[in-house]
Order: sequence, then structure tokens, then C-alpha cells
Amino acid sequence: MSDAVEVHGLGKRVGEVVALAGLDLTVPAGTVFGLLGPNGAGKTTLVRILATLLEPSSGRAAVLGHDVVREPLAVRRRIGLAGQFAAVDEELTGRENVEMIARLYRLPVGDARRRAADVLERFELLEAADRRVSTYSGGMRRRLDLAAGLIGRPPVVLLDEPTAGLDPRSRQELWWIVDELRRDGTTVLLTTQYLEEADRLAQRIGVVHHGRIAAHGTAAELKAAVGATILSVRLADRATARDAAAALVGLGGAEQPHLDAADGEIRLAVEDPGASAEAVRRLDARRLEIASVELHQPTLDDVFLALTGHPAEKQPTEPTLEQEAA
Amino acid sequence: MSASAQAIPSRGRVTLAETAADSRVMATRQLRKVLRRPMYVVYLFVQPVIFVLLFRYVFGGAIKAPHVSYVNYLMPGIIVMTAIFGALTTGLGLTEDLKAGVVDRFRSLPIARSAVLIGRTAADLTVNVISLIVMLLIGFAVGFRPSQPVYQVALAFALVLAFAYVFSWISAYVGLAVRDPETAQSVGFIWVFPLVFASSAFVPTSSMPGVLHTFADVNPVSLTVNATRALTVGHAHALGPGLATLAWLGGLLMVFVPLAVRKFRRA
Repeated sequence: MSDAVEVHGLGKRVGEVVALAGLDLTVPAGTVFGLLGPNGAGKTTLVRILATLLEPSSGRAAVLGHDVVREPLAVRRRIGLAGQFAAVDEELTGRENVEMIARLYRLPVGDARRRAADVLERFELLEAADRRVSTYSGGMRRRLDLAAGLIGRPPVVLLDEPTAGLDPRSRQELWWIVDELRRDGTTVLLTTQYLEEADRLAQRIGVVHHGRIAAHGTAAELKAAVGATILSVRLADRATARDAAAALVGLGGAEQPHLDAADGEIRLAVEDPGASAEAVRRLDARRLEIASVELHQPTLDDVFLALTGHPAEKQPTEPTLEQEAA
Repeated sequence: MSASAQAIPSRGRVTLAETAADSRVMATRQLRKVLRRPMYVVYLFVQPVIFVLLFRYVFGGAIKAPHVSYVNYLMPGIIVMTAIFGALTTGLGLTEDLKAGVVDRFRSLPIARSAVLIGRTAADLTVNVISLIVMLLIGFAVGFRPSQPVYQVALAFALVLAFAYVFSWISAYVGLAVRDPETAQSVGFIWVFPLVFASSAFVPTSSMPGVLHTFADVNPVSLTVNATRALTVGHAHALGPGLATLAWLGGLLMVFVPLAVRKFRRA
């Protein structure tokens, strides 16, 4: 069996809301797959269906050949789940939390104890193992949650926004853990709103938009699909960015320039590298002072923008132009 | 991957022995949590103790109880009320677990889904044993004096525990249905207060008007209180209300266990 996760035409409707609209996906065994998309794109719904927490309205999904609706127990024996909220007991110690999950995987007491110690050491929680979780930092909780999800050594691991809300250092630590899982041959399906994270962790990426996979492939393939070179312009005075964007319409055969409201950057895909000189001329002619003009290969940001018409989330949130104006 | 895949059992169902083992793990979890939050147990007594003081010393003088002193009439009612309040914590706790995502974790594990509820209700029953003993001691302190033989008092205690256990399942169902801790708290009072107050727990039902009187007489709280009263302070037959209580409890259990488990599966 080569595909660890197979999803065909998966639909989920909750009342009026369509969370998934015929989503197709395959994740080859032993690979890390990144599901990238904004809030509400349907990523969490997909993870919950794969974890047998939610039944699909249509279509089907299977984990290692076991259908999530017809054989939920077989699926649960093969998956580990860690979510965006650390699902651990505050009043219990870290060790008690993971030992309990090990016991629920029906390991004998001795094995449960040993495996709990192993996994706590691996996630650098051994020192804090006998403290109550209520004394843990956010990063420690998330690591403990992941430890609990992995203690059964599942061949398929589902991570729903594992780094959401974490500080950069904790995020880095989680990335290392995912790297390690990949080295061990575990199949990982993770969701993220962050392009940087998908690019860094996943061998293959699916961009989720409105309950469907809008595009998928390696990061390089997705970037190549955008094709052109990206011209990025920043103005000395952010307030002039709108005028500048208007001035750049039609440049070098490009589509509409995109103004990033968050940082005042104007981006457009151009065919002709000479477009940068033309851009400078146009802006000069309107006396708009330029801070920088650069050409670069498309990033996943550009991919996301091209596919969905709006940019992906940035990790640090800055006030937008609108908010500043308000 | 192949190594771990081979170790995975292929049975499509969880066995009874596995369900029992899972339930034990879940009960241990809950008892540990309660022990780490002793204030939570103390809080369970605050309301019943206020009721003891209120009815024993404020209203008690004005209420005429048939055959026995008012404190002897009151305490069986208070004890049953404590049991039902204790049962409310089952549903409340489940809504907290839902909110924290712990329920999702349990539901994603290859365990019996009923085990989470079986373990939880068993743990809450254990806590209820302790709280009933405490209430009994408080009763003694304010003048409660059971006149019946010890075995009858023990029987009464067992009946109240059975009552508490069944109401834990009802509360589990309500908690899983409303999902949110704050809502569960207020909804809990909405269904529990009429049962407790339109009953024979604090006053004889004979003074209640028509429909209310009828409701109070068939109310499982009244029946449990009447049986408990007869078994502890006497002056009434225990068999009638005792059997009626058991019939109620059996029926409620058969309805609410499957309902709660079904709700949990879809939580």
C-alpha cells in the first residue's frame, strides 16, 4: 500500500455552511504533507474526519486502507492526533498525562511507564515530568499534547495547526519533532496557515481554498506554476502605495498589481525582467518616492495569492493600512 | 511503519474486558483530578450546608412534619439533594473536557467510547460516597437521629447512591447535549430545581395544590426521599416507595445510558 491517506470527493456540510466541497487528496506513506489555507478553508474539518471525530456528508476517506466511516476503530488504531489546543489535563502531571494515554493504548503498566519516560525525554519534558501541567508554558503544553498523540507510535500522525500561537522558539522545536517523525518514516498530515511552515516541513503541499484543494505539489512545483518573476515595490511613504499600484497597472504584460495592505508592498508577476526599469520610470513620473524595487522568484506567498486572490497570513501580525487609518 | 502496523489488532470491536480496563483508567484520571482540586469537593457541600442551616433553623420551626421532628424529616431530603447536586458535576466536567479538547483526544483513541462515561460516572459515584458521609455527619451535628436498625440505614445509603449514579448519566447526557460549561451550569439548575423542590424533600406534599401535588408524589426525588426517610427514621413503609424508586432508576438508566453514549460518539 503506497498511500497512507486517500480522500475522494469529500464533502461536509453543517447546516448552511459548506466546510468541504469535494476535496481530493492522497498522501504517500512516509511523507509529510502540508495542508495550507486560511481560517475557514476546511483544514480542521478534514483532520476531524480523518480522525473519525466527524462523519463526512459525502465522498470517502481512508487511512492505510481503512475507511473512516466503516472501520473507525481500525483507523483510530493507526493515527495519532494533536491539535491547535493542547488537549491535556491541567491538574495531572506531564507524566500522568502521557502514561494515561499509553494505558488507553492498552500497554501494560510497566511498558506504559517506560514509553512515557522515553517520549517525555524525547520532547525535553523529563525535567518537568512530575510537575502539574498547570505550571507548564504554552510551548511545553503543546509538546506534551504531541507526546500524548505519539505515544501509541501511530504510523499516521495528524497535526492540526501544531504551531498556532506558539513563540518562535517553541515553533522551531515542533519543527524538529516533525523532521524526526519524517526520518522515522511516519506519515504526517499537518495543517498550517503559514507558508513558511509548509515550505519548511512538508514534502508536498496542498493549498486548501473554500473546501477544496486549489493546487498541490512540491513547494518548487507550486512556485513554478506561478511561472513569472515577481516584481516587488515598496514606497518610501506607505500612504502613496495605492497611487503607485494604480500607476503600475498593465506593466510588462502583468495582471493586476497586488497591494499588500499589511506592509504596503506592491507585488506583481511580470514576464519581462525589464519591467523593473519601467516601474521605476512610471513611479518617478508621478513623483512617488521609491524605497525599494526588487525582482525575485515566486514564493509560496505568491502562489497563494495567485490561487486564491488574497494573501496568506503572515506570522507576526502587523496593523493593516485600514487599521492605521481608523 | 510496517513493524507498528503488524502489531495492530484487526478486530473491529472493543471487547468487554478492554472496555472495563479503559473505564478504570478513565475513573482513575477523574479521581486524581478531584484529589488535586480539594476545593472543588468542598464547594459541593456549600449549598447543601446552607440548606441545612436554612431549613433546620430558619424555616424549620414553621414547618410541621408528620410523626417525626423536623430535623429528622429534613435530613433524608438534604442527603438526596446532595446526591443530585453531586451528579450534576458529571455533566459539568464533561463540558469542560469538551471545551479543552480532551474529549476529541479520547474519541480519537482506539478505546471503547462508552468507557469515558462509565469511568467518569464511577469516579463521581466515589466522590458522592464521600459527600454523603460528610452530609450524614453534618446531620448528626444538627440533631439528626436515625431510629431504624443499622442495616436499614445502610440500605437507605445504597439507595441514595444508586439514585446518584443514575442521575450522573442524565447529567452526562445533558452536558454533552448543551456542550458549554456555563450553559450546563444554568441548565442543570433548570431541570434539577423543580425535581428537588416540587418533592417531599423539605415539606410534606399534602399541602401542595392539585397538579403540583400529583407531580410531587410521582417525582423520583420524592420516592427516593420517602424510602430513605422510612428506612432511617421510620413511621412509614419503605417497600412501596423503595420499589417505585428502583423502577424509576432502572427505567432512567435504560434510557439515558444509550442516549449519553450516543451523544458522546457524536460529540
